[in-house]
This record gives sequence, C-alpha cells and structure tokens, in this order.
Amino acid sequence: MPPAVGGGLAGSELRPRRGRCGSQAARAVGPDVATEATARSPKRPAPSSRRFEAPGRWALLALVTLMSFATRFHRLDQPPHICWDETHFGKMGSYYINRTFFFDVHPPLGKMLIGLAGHLSGYDGTFLFQKPGDEYEHHSYLGMRGFCAFLGALLIPFAYLTVLELSQSLPAALLTAALLTFDTGCLTLSQYILLDPILMFFIMAAMLSMVKYNSCANRPFSAPWWLWLSLTGVNLAGALGVKFVGLFIILQVGWNTVSDLWHLFGDLSLSMVTVGKHLTARILCLIVLPLALYTATYAVHFMVLNRSGPGDGFFSSAFQARLSGNNLHNASIPEHLAYGSVITVKSARMAVGYLHSHGHLYPEGIGARQQQVTTYLHKDYNNLWIIKKHNTNSDPLDPSLPVEFVRHGDVIRLEHKETSRNLHSHYHEAPLTRKHYQVTGYGINGTGDSNDFWRIEVVNRKFGNRIKVLRSRIRLIHLVTGCVLGSSGKVLPKWGWEQLEVTCTPYLKETLNSIWNVEDHINPKLPNISLDVLQPSFPEIMLEAHMVMIRGNNGLKPKDNEFTSKPWHWPINYQGLRFSGINDTDFRVYLLGNPVVWWLNLLSIALYLLSGSIFAVALQRGARLPAEVEGLSQVLLQGGGQLLLGWMMHYFPFFLMGRILYFHHYFPAMLFSSMLTGLLWDILLRLCAWSLASFSLAGHVHTLGILSLLLGIAYSFYLFHPLAYGMVGPLAQDPRSPMAGLRWLESWDF
Amino acid sequence: MKRIFFFDGSGPPFGHMLLALGGYLGGFDGNFLWNRIGAEYSTNVPVWSLRLLPALAGALSVPMAYQIVWELGFSHCAAVGAALLILIENALITQSRLMLLESALIFFNLLAVLSYLKFSNSQKHGPFSPSWWFWLVLTGVACACAVGIKYVGVFTYLLVLGVAAVHAWHLIGDQTLSNVRVLCHLLARAVALLVIPVLVYLLFFYVHLLVLCRSGPHDQIMSSAFQASLEGGLARITQGQPLEVAYGSQVTLKNAFGQPVPCWLHSHQSTYPVIYENGRGSSHQQQVTCYPFKDVNNWWIVKDPGRHQLVVNNPPRPVRHGDVVQLVHGMTTRLLNTHDVAAPLSPHSQEVSCYIDYNVSMPAQNLWRLDIVNRESDTDVWKTILSEVRFVHVNTSAILKLSGAPLPDWGFRQLEVVGEQLSRGYHGSTVWSVEEHRYGRSQEQKERELELHSPTQTDVSRNLSFMARFSELQWRMLTVRSDDSEHKYSSTPLDWVMLDTNIAYWLHPRTSAQIHLLGNIVIWASASLATLVYALLFIWYLFRRRRRVCDLPEDCWLRWALAGALCAGGWAVNYVPFFMMEKTLFLYHYLPALTFQILLLPVVLEHISDHLCRSQLQRSLFGALVVAWFASACHVSNTLRPLTYGDRSLSPSELKALRWKDSWDILIRKY
Repeated sequence: MPPAVGGGLAGSELRPRRGRCGSQAARAVGPDVATEATARSPKRPAPSSRRFEAPGRWALLALVTLMSFATRFHRLDQPPHICWDETHFGKMGSYYINRTFFFDVHPPLGKMLIGLAGHLSGYDGTFLFQKPGDEYEHHSYLGMRGFCAFLGALLIPFAYLTVLELSQSLPAALLTAALLTFDTGCLTLSQYILLDPILMFFIMAAMLSMVKYNSCANRPFSAPWWLWLSLTGVNLAGALGVKFVGLFIILQVGWNTVSDLWHLFGDLSLSMVTVGKHLTARILCLIVLPLALYTATYAVHFMVLNRSGPGDGFFSSAFQARLSGNNLHNASIPEHLAYGSVITVKSARMAVGYLHSHGHLYPEGIGARQQQVTTYLHKDYNNLWIIKKHNTNSDPLDPSLPVEFVRHGDVIRLEHKETSRNLHSHYHEAPLTRKHYQVTGYGINGTGDSNDFWRIEVVNRKFGNRIKVLRSRIRLIHLVTGCVLGSSGKVLPKWGWEQLEVTCTPYLKETLNSIWNVEDHINPKLPNISLDVLQPSFPEIMLEAHMVMIRGNNGLKPKDNEFTSKPWHWPINYQGLRFSGINDTDFRVYLLGNPVVWWLNLLSIALYLLSGSIFAVALQRGARLPAEVEGLSQVLLQGGGQLLLGWMMHYFPFFLMGRILYFHHYFPAMLFSSMLTGLLWDILLRLCAWSLASFSLAGHVHTLGILSLLLGIAYSFYLFHPLAYGMVGPLAQDPRSPMAGLRWLESWDF
Repeated sequence: MKRIFFFDGSGPPFGHMLLALGGYLGGFDGNFLWNRIGAEYSTNVPVWSLRLLPALAGALSVPMAYQIVWELGFSHCAAVGAALLILIENALITQSRLMLLESALIFFNLLAVLSYLKFSNSQKHGPFSPSWWFWLVLTGVACACAVGIKYVGVFTYLLVLGVAAVHAWHLIGDQTLSNVRVLCHLLARAVALLVIPVLVYLLFFYVHLLVLCRSGPHDQIMSSAFQASLEGGLARITQGQPLEVAYGSQVTLKNAFGQPVPCWLHSHQSTYPVIYENGRGSSHQQQVTCYPFKDVNNWWIVKDPGRHQLVVNNPPRPVRHGDVVQLVHGMTTRLLNTHDVAAPLSPHSQEVSCYIDYNVSMPAQNLWRLDIVNRESDTDVWKTILSEVRFVHVNTSAILKLSGAPLPDWGFRQLEVVGEQLSRGYHGSTVWSVEEHRYGRSQEQKERELELHSPTQTDVSRNLSFMARFSELQWRMLTVRSDDSEHKYSSTPLDWVMLDTNIAYWLHPRTSAQIHLLGNIVIWASASLATLVYALLFIWYLFRRRRRVCDLPEDCWLRWALAGALCAGGWAVNYVPFFMMEKTLFLYHYLPALTFQILLLPVVLEHISDHLCRSQLQRSLFGALVVAWFASACHVSNTLRPLTYGDRSLSPSELKALRWKDSWDILIRKY
C-alpha cells in the first residue's frame, strides 16, 4: 500500500517497496518474518486458529452491524415532530415530490435521495415543514427518517472494515465499531432527516473502497481492483453531490492516488506503457466517472424540478425561462427597447435581484432624505420602471407618435412606475459603501432635475445599436457625476427592509456589480418574439447553479452579537446543539458527542503524534527494531497516517471558512478520529504486552485493555443515552434531574 | 513619537518604531499633522532623516541580492546580474525613497534568507563555530524583525523554518553523527529559530508599550483595564478609585463588546412609548439604554436588596460572585428591571427598564445575580475595571445584553439594551465592567446628585502586567476588522504578475511632475516567465530522476532545488496568500514577492546557458541575447525614471507616451 506518511519522508523513498501483497503493512515484512513474529508473540493468532478466523470474522461483522442497526432504529419515531434542520431538508424533499423549483446552498443529491425515500414510503409531499416543533400528525415521515438511519447505521460496519483492512487486527476494528456505535452524537445525527448521515455514508464508503483497492494493488487490473477503484469514484461523486464538504475526501483520495502513482512511476520494473495504463485507469475511474455522475445528478435535479417555485429569483432571467409557471416561461416579449417601455432591470451579478424602489425615504442622517432605491430578489410591482427621454415628458405611448428605439449611448431617464419618481443620484455618500454616491428616487410625476439623466451603454457594442431585452448587458452612467449605477451586494438595515444597497460607483472598472440586463419588457406598440431561443444550454445551467450556491454559502455569515460555534470548540465537545425542545416539559433531544469517546479521541490524537514521531525519528536514525515492533510501527505510520490525514482534511479547513459554522460539521472528522483511536490503542496495548513479555501475565494485558475500553465506552453510553433517545423532565442544572450528575461542562445545556 | 498611544491594525510596531527612530535622530519633534497626501512638509520636519532608514534598507538589498545568489552556489556573473536587476527596478526605488515600510520588510526578508544560507554553508565545515552561531541567530532575529514590520513577514519566516526543518530531518538521518550531537544540533536550531524570534518580537511590543505611555486617539478600542494603564485619558479619572465594589458603591458600567461603539449603561427620565410605530405595546416604564458619551446619567448604585440605605458601610461590604444585587439609577433612584415584555427593536428579547410602579399588576422584577466571568474562584470580589461581569436576572434568568440597535427618536438614538434568554456561551455584548467607581456617602437624594456631578478621586492604583497588555494588544490587532473599502488604486493579485496596475503617490501641485509606483515592465515580465520556466524544468527533472535518468549531477541538482525552494518558494509564499485575504490590496503588497522572483531570474538564465545550450555557439548566442535583454531593461528603467523620482515636469504628450498599458493610470493635467 502507498504509505501516506512514509511517502513524504525523504528516507523511505529509497527503501524498496516490499511486496505490495497482502492487504496489510504488518504482514508486508514477508511470510518468514511473520511466522517468526507469531511464534514469539502469544497475542498473534496462531496458525492453527486461522481456520476459524474467517467464519469468526463474518460473525463479528454481523454482530457489529446488528448492534449498529439496533441502536440507530431504536425509538426512531420519537419525537413525532420536526426536529431542527428537518424543517429544511424535509421541505426540500417535498419540493422534489411536488417538482417545484427551489434554491439551496448544497448540491442536490442528498435532498433528492430524501425525496425519493419519502416518495417510496408513501409520503405525498403535502406536509409543510414550517418550523421545528410542528407535529407530523398523519403524514408518513418514518420512511425518510428510516432511510437516513439506514445509511447512518452502515457507517459502523464501514469503519470496522476500514480499520480491519488497515491494521489486520480484529480488536482494533472492534474498538472502532464500539466507539462509533456508542457515540451519542453519531447516533443523534443519524436518526433524523438530515444530509449528514448521507454525506458521512458516502465519505466512509469512499474511504473503505480506497483502502480496499490499495490492498489489491499487487493484482492490478484484476476484477476486484477495477471494482474498488470505480466504487471509490462513485462514492466520491456521491459525497460531493450531497455537500461541498465532500471535497475534502476527494482531496484525500487524490493525495493517495498521486503518491501511489509516484511510486509506480519510480518502479523501474514497470514500463512506461504500464504506468500510462495505471494513469488512464485512475483518470477514468476517479475523475471522469465521478464527474459524469455528479453532472448526472444535476441533470436529474433540473429535469425533476420543472415548476416555478420559491427559488426562481436567485437565478438569471434566461434560467427562469425554462420553469413552467414562471412568467418568463413560454413568454413572448418585444425584442428591442423603445421609449415608453415598462421594464424590470436585473443585476448581472447573481443573487442580487431587480432594481427596486418603494415609497419610503432614506432615514435622516443617511444622505439626502429622498426615496430609497434598492435591489430586491423577489418579483414585485415596485420593480417596474418606464424608460423616458431625458428632455421631454410627453407620453411616448401616444399612438400618434412613431416608435423610437433606445440606442446605445442615448441619454435617458428611468421613471419608477408606481411612485413616478426618477432614478436619481448626487454627491451624497451612499448609506453603506461610503465611497460611492447615493442613489434615490426624486422628482414629482416625472419632473426632476438634471441629476436624473443616465447614459445607457451596452457592454462591448458599438454606438447606435439597439438594446435587446435579456441579452444586452447594459451599464447606466450618471451624466452629471460620471459614476456607474451598481449594486454593492450589502444588506441594508431595517429601515431599508433588508434589501440590498444600490449605489453609484465612481470607479469605472468593469465588474458584474455595475452590469444589468432588462428582464420584463412591456410595450404594446412592439411585436413580441418568443423567448425560447434564450434557453441556456446544460453546461451554462450547471455553471450558474454553482455560482449561485457558492454565493449563497458565502452569504451565510454570522451576524454580530450572535453566539456562534467555533471550530476549536468541536473536538473538546464544548457545546452541543438543541435538536428539539428547550423547557423542562418538552421532549428534548440534544446533539452532543459521548464525552468519554470524544475525550478519548482527543487524547489519542496527541498520543498518536507522540508515538508516531518517536517511530519516525527512530527509523530515520536507522535503528534496528525487532520484527514485531517493526510491523506494528508500519501499521502505525501508514494506516494511522491515512486516518490522521483524513481527520486533518475534514477538520482544519473549517478554520479558514468565513461562513457560519455549526457543531455537526465536525462529525466527518470525528469518524476518522475514532478509527485512529481504535487502531492506536490496539497497537499501544500490543507494544505494552510485547515489552512486558518476560512476565507471565503479560499476554493478558492486551485482552484486558481492550475489554476494559469496550466496557467503559458501553457504560458511558448507558449514562448518556437519554441525550439521543430523548428526555423529559427537569433540566440538568436542576439537581432533581436524572442527568444532574452528568453535566460535566458548564457549557452543556441539556 | 509624542509618546501617544495609537493603534494600527495593519502591522506590529517595529516598522513604525524604525521610522520614528530616524526622525528622532534627525531631531523631529513630532509636530506635523500627516493628514493629506501632497501636503508640503514644514521646515521643522527632517524629511531627509525620516526617509533615511527606508532608503538605506532599499540600498542594502542590492548587495544582499548579490550575496544570496553567490551563496546559493551560482557564479559571480549571475550574482551581479541579480544585484543589477534589483538596482534598476523602478518600483523598488520608488518604494524605498519614501517613508514606507516595504523596503525594510524586503531588507529583513532577504537578510533572513541570506543568513540562513550562510549558516547552512558553514554547517559543512564548522558546526558550532562562532560564525555558525552568528548566522544562525541572525536568521532568527531577521525573521522576527520582518514579522515585526508587517505580518506578511510571517510567510518568509515559515519558509525559512520549512527549509530548516527539511535540513534538520536529513541531519537526523545522518548516521555518522552521534545521538548527542544530533540532539545538540536540533536544540540549537530550536532556540535560534523558535525561541529567539518570539523573544525579539515580545521585545518590540515591550518597547512599544514603554514608549507609548500616553493615551491617544485609539484608546476606546481597548478594554478599560488597558486604558487605565495609559497615562492621561481614562487613567486620570480612574487613578485612585477604590478597587473592590461594595454595597452602596456608585459605578458606571461599560459594555465590553465595543460594537458598534463603546458605551455605558444609561437611563433617563423619558419612558418607552406606550405603542411603538409597528403597533406593539410597551410597559411605558423608564428607558434604559447604552450611551456612548460620559454623562451623569450613567451612574448606578449597587444596592443590597435587603436594606434600604444607599451608602457604603464602614468597613465596606464587598460584593462577590453569585450575590444578588439591585442596581439603582443614580439620578432618578429607580431600580433596573426586566420583565416578559418584548424589547422595542429585538422582539425576541425582554425589555429592560427602570421600574415605575403603575399599579397595573406588573410586579417589580429587579433582582440581578452577579456573575463574574473572569473569576478565579467562586468567592471572588467584584473589582473595578478588572472584573468582567454579567447580570443574570433572578426571575427570568435573562442576561443583561447590549443589542447594539439604535433606538428611534423617542430613545434619542441611543443604543438598545435588552434582557436575553440565552444558551450558555460567552459573548462580549453581555459582559460589563465597572469603569468609574466611588463609595457613595450621601443618603439624601439632593446630596447624592451633587456627589454624582463631582469628579471621582481617591487612591489605589493598579497596573497590568506586560504579558496581559501584550496579549490584549496583539489580539485586538489580529481581530480588528477594517471595512473593506474600494480605493482608486486598489488592485487584485492577478493584476500584479504582469504589472497591469500602478499607484500614483504624488503629483506636484503646479507642474505635472509626479511619482508613481510603477515597475520596470521588462523585469516583471521576464521574472514571471523565469518562474514558469523554472517550474516546468523542475517538474521535468523530477520525473526524469524518478525514472533514474539523471540529467544533472547530484550537487548541481541539489543547488538547483535549493535555489528554487528559496526563490520560487519565497515568491509563492509572499504572493499566494493574498488571494485569500479580504482586505484592500495594493500593488506594493507584491514587492516582497517580486524581489524573490527577481533573484530567481539570473539563476534560471545561468542554468539554461550551462546545461541546456549544448554547443559553444549556442552559448554565445544565448549570452548575446541576455545582454540585449538586459540593455532593454536598462532602457525601460531610464525611460520611466521621471515617474520614479518625480524630478522633472513632463508634457502631456510625453505622459501619454509613457502610458504603455491602458490600465495604467497616469495623471494628465487638463489645461
């Protein structure tokens, strides 16, 4: 197997890659050494017991799976009301069933699966999922919860198999499985209609298949090799399709593949053609296949959601034309702008919306006290503007006058239809972006002053051209100050109804902020054309959907004066999340990791770093280790290194994120951390037993250690299980509560 | 300079101190307001000496470039080339001639790299010799200085650390050395590269705080305790206050959050309107707000719920963590109260008022439990300035919190204060500290009003330890967020590589002589090209070596790799992080990266000539090309000279001729 850590060390490159056979590094020292090791170590299964090993392994796996399913499905129907984010993801599942278009910051696969599960289990999509705490009543919700719990339960056998593959040690795998089965946090997170169990399922499946295909590396291009390689690709697509956090596992698999290829490349016994074949196989399975699947989920997403819904306004005009029920669907509107047309103007920057004004003034102290001009995401009569000539106020719709088209470079006036005020700007600072000018609505019944004049320009076009609806990208330049109309994308305070700020920017750099297009266009004097020509192609839709999602994600900023979870809180289990219920009469579920498990994980990471660096330095110094220890150190450095890398990949990027973070973001990292714990303690106890080998009882150190860890974890689960399965009664700070003694940290509020 | 405390979010103090040192030596008395670009310096400003240090740093960078390339193991010719390129780079000249920090930063970056190279070269023949120690320690000190000038210096520091770590790892693998000797090597490196920089960095702050002992314009950003440690300002008021808050104490309570403005808990005669604009009702009791100015209405008296008197006993009975208190508003003698009525602007929270008994079956709920957040034990006493406290309402367990929303006209635009039922968790907006404090002596209302109007004074002074002050200052520097504003000359990192932008620094008031930050475009373009060529060649060699095809001899390869790690790496670490920064970026942020890139240029040229030109003819041809290219760089540098030095006026047509790229913004006067 490719050493994830060892590959980075300068010394290890020079060592011959000893047989990539057997799936484990511990055996990699060769059969003769292995037998010698087993002979010396009482804890290694003796050759005679190998015969019973295979059925035993299967039995253990079945036991682990059974335990996992039993804990996950126990009291799944409780509580029978919406918990926490079920309100979002349940709602989105319903949208798929109802085929209405919506917008969410996550990719569609997870919600699609929830919708599918709901559909298959007889849920009809009529429940509203309005807010947490609403009763489900007669609606069938168990199908969706059961689906999530099913995937959540599969995590444990996956983790078991992964650790077994990496360490070839049953106790290590068993310990891992126990850590995850008895963690209240994983349990709680798996029991509700959330994206996290689905995401974690794909992450773990990808990890497992990656480890499996690594162990097939001695038989390249065999059937199992192809199977695991392509399964890795499939699961990567799944992980990314549920949440963008899936990117981290992709990075990990990518890193593993690159180091693997690097070793193959350095292997002079392989011809360049073979290396090329390896490369192609990986490109095919790990890049082309996932991309195709990921794209396919979007294709299904857009195919299913073909009705207009709450997400329309987030997308561009051309995009909306493909949703039935939207007023742009199958619409026909005049093609060229003319004076007197009634239009809506939409910002080219995604998720900014339409130029908007309303009968409210800017508050005192913020620029001139004139009517507000904002951008607004939703469709509204206040988005309508009339194009007029700058110098006359005659009604251009008078049938006696000829139609006059607006041309590139014309000076125009935009009159707000509802309030009859002109779009206006002047040398006052804008409300939020202090270096820009304020934009207001000014004048009475269309009579204003010279500050109402704007020059309309089409980007990259020659002067004198007509302006096309939807397709022309236009800029509005204020004649007097020379500034450009733009949206800063900042949210106005309450007085501005939390719409977005519109400014006139004196910096003429061409950015999307200052580019607009005309969306609706009403002019009875002009012939209509059909808009179907505008339908965007599929790649354009994909691109736009991603842009909107990324903007949406960045927009999830914590507000000032709000309590937020910080990444450093997570591994120490500092504070949980309330899933349901606050008061002592409510049915309360509290997402909090089992502190025994979590703190053991934390300790293990420190221990791992310590022992790992001791071994690494010892190997670098060229110390001769006994064969037994040598094998263990290989498992520790290579298998453990991969798990540590997984933990870091799924944890540290959160420190760089500006968006709002929640406790449950840590759970993928926690899976890796638990696997590392299982692997590490098994090795440490083996080392312990080995160093005490002269004592007669030394052989039992390992067994006893593992057993006591297992029992301790199970007992802590017994203590903390009400967190996940729900509790009623007084809060834990009340000494009468059964949980009173368990509030070990003041920050836990269950 | 005038020893006034100031606060700058952009960088640590060392750079500013350097400038001030130059001024001090030149006899500058600090009496000049630096308020406008282009303002004439008055006669008392020793411009020359203020600009001396940056210019010196810029000038010394040239010989250091030579030394670095030489120490990397390349020829004198390449080394001279590197130095000359740095010499004729217009942007570097401009930047080092003015009172700016970049040139000093570049100087220390180069010094760190150079001394590390000297150190690792002396590793072979004389470990633990005096020169070995000297260069090792100098590396650490130079790194600390670079970080001390601007935080971006940290990236170069990390690069040097990374290279040192790789070398140390090889050292561990060297089995000819004994274990003890390896340990000594590692310890020496750890001390010089980790401990010394931290100490030097702390020293800068120590000097900074020692020199700046007077209060200044940025006081309010810091906590009360910090302000109290500065001469003048708050310290003048708080000096000699009693330390322990007792029952009967008169206090002002400052909110710890300081957003949107620092403010004090306040109340006044006016009441909440019966009906708000949006139709909701209120309790119509006396308003409680947070007020950003000092005012007699900010005074509150701490009262024991069990007793009636409002004076301090003798001896004073201190208030401890967990005690239940009432807060009496000094001027109106009403009690701080909250109840289950929605607050005016944050309807999810409770309204906070001063209780007026309207006899409408709304009982007073004015008991507050004191929760000292930064206590050391559960019996801690409430201390002036030092204690950060929360007030937990006894009846509803709501916490007194500043919501930060400004009230409408009826609340005089003061900030709203609410009671919020929160889940546990620390947030600055719920934390208050006592700023002014005195023991109340008068029981009668009239006397008390007089007393409240009089300034406080008594005795006891306190000082924060240096470490506490350092950590607070450092933390504030890292967390303060300047609003990202657009600037006419701001640019994005992508514009920098090919010099698509410039900055106008100065324009002569009458003539059109002007100074621009504008680089030598030939050097910029070829340096970027060289980086690309280096990367491609490096990957090519790496792959070939992997297949055991060695194009380069081993020592040549190692030299090539080390030069790349330091120069290309130096460029990358000083450039790439800017993509992730959210602040306003300018062209001059690219200069440190550019310097490293320029160092790489002669390295690549020499490599091409030595290893890729197969025949003598090719080699001579290549040499001729290089000479021609260098001549053109000199020519460009000379052409752009008027914009670099701003020494002569240019006609509009000349200026137009200099505007080689449309994106360059050269100021052309309209006559």
